[in-house]
Amino acid sequence: MRDNPILRVTAKILFAPIIVFGLYVQFHGDYGPGGGFQAGVIIAAAFILHALIFGLEAGRRLVPGWVNLAILAFGVLIYGGVGVAGMMLDGLFLDYNVLSYDASKGQHYGILLVEFGVGMTVTGVMLALFHAFAGFIESDYDATEDKT
Amino acid sequence: MAGYLTNLLLLALLVFILVLVIRTRRLFPVVVLAGAYSLVSAAMFVNLDAVDVAFTEAAVGAGISTVLFLAAMAYLPAVEKTPPEAKGVGHIMPALIICVFAGALLVAAAVELPPVGDPLAPPHTHVAPRYLEESGSFLHIPNVVTTVLASYRGFDTFGETVVVFAAGLGVLVLLAGFTRTARATKSAAVEDTTPGEGDDA
Repeated sequence: MRDNPILRVTAKILFAPIIVFGLYVQFHGDYGPGGGFQAGVIIAAAFILHALIFGLEAGRRLVPGWVNLAILAFGVLIYGGVGVAGMMLDGLFLDYNVLSYDASKGQHYGILLVEFGVGMTVTGVMLALFHAFAGFIESDYDATEDKT
Repeated sequence: MAGYLTNLLLLALLVFILVLVIRTRRLFPVVVLAGAYSLVSAAMFVNLDAVDVAFTEAAVGAGISTVLFLAAMAYLPAVEKTPPEAKGVGHIMPALIICVFAGALLVAAAVELPPVGDPLAPPHTHVAPRYLEESGSFLHIPNVVTTVLASYRGFDTFGETVVVFAAGLGVLVLLAGFTRTARATKSAAVEDTTPGEGDDA
């Protein structure tokens, strides 16, 4: 697929708009359909498209394995962190009312941060799964090649 | 009425895809048909005014799952084994009885369900009215699905996120383990030129 100019140009044109759409879905979840789960999948889809067209090595160079692991762990950490922050500010776990001087504003901040955490985890997991499956293929291919 | 007809059409399409999936013995068409199945389900959710669910189904079911299945598929034989010859009707009798019994139970339960959108249905009279009112007047967030998901049911969503995290880590650990075994097998094969015992792993 790396030699096909149509696929390469299409992937290059689509890569940024897909990520922008993912961010729109992420941060517009309060007002329209969408949220962290969907946004995470869409953003991961952009990077998977890149890896499909330009090869797994280019994809790994763009998002190295440790970055991937950090993203998927930090998402859960942000979600839990918002919950603990509520406890620190004399509220209950995952109580967003105390996050700001105004309970309504606090809910806005809480939901935005929590959804951001969900999006990070989903992006990381999806991308890591794709890299793992695709890498799996290469390693096994090498092994079978050696045996023959 | 038009909504019901559309749903009926989409359901018929789902059953049609399902029959195709069962009858196909090659993996690639099955993966593509599974994507089509998700897309038709998403259309059905839109028809039922559940746009958030439809969005998720289209993105996850029809989008990412298809790609992940295709990536994982390269490891499986491309054609499913043909099943052994059926030994008469007695062979499928237990399965048939279970299917008919379970199907009859489901139909009986479905008849008792309240009609779609009934405001007096039990799920709509408990906490849902409070969520619907508060989300607009107090939180000023128009999409009630988001408030329920992230705020009122924040614990559930935290659990879901942790499940996604744990499942992802589990798969990564399993596959990383395999890669190391493959490497060990590879070096062993290079050393004594006998294909190792790890090739069925």
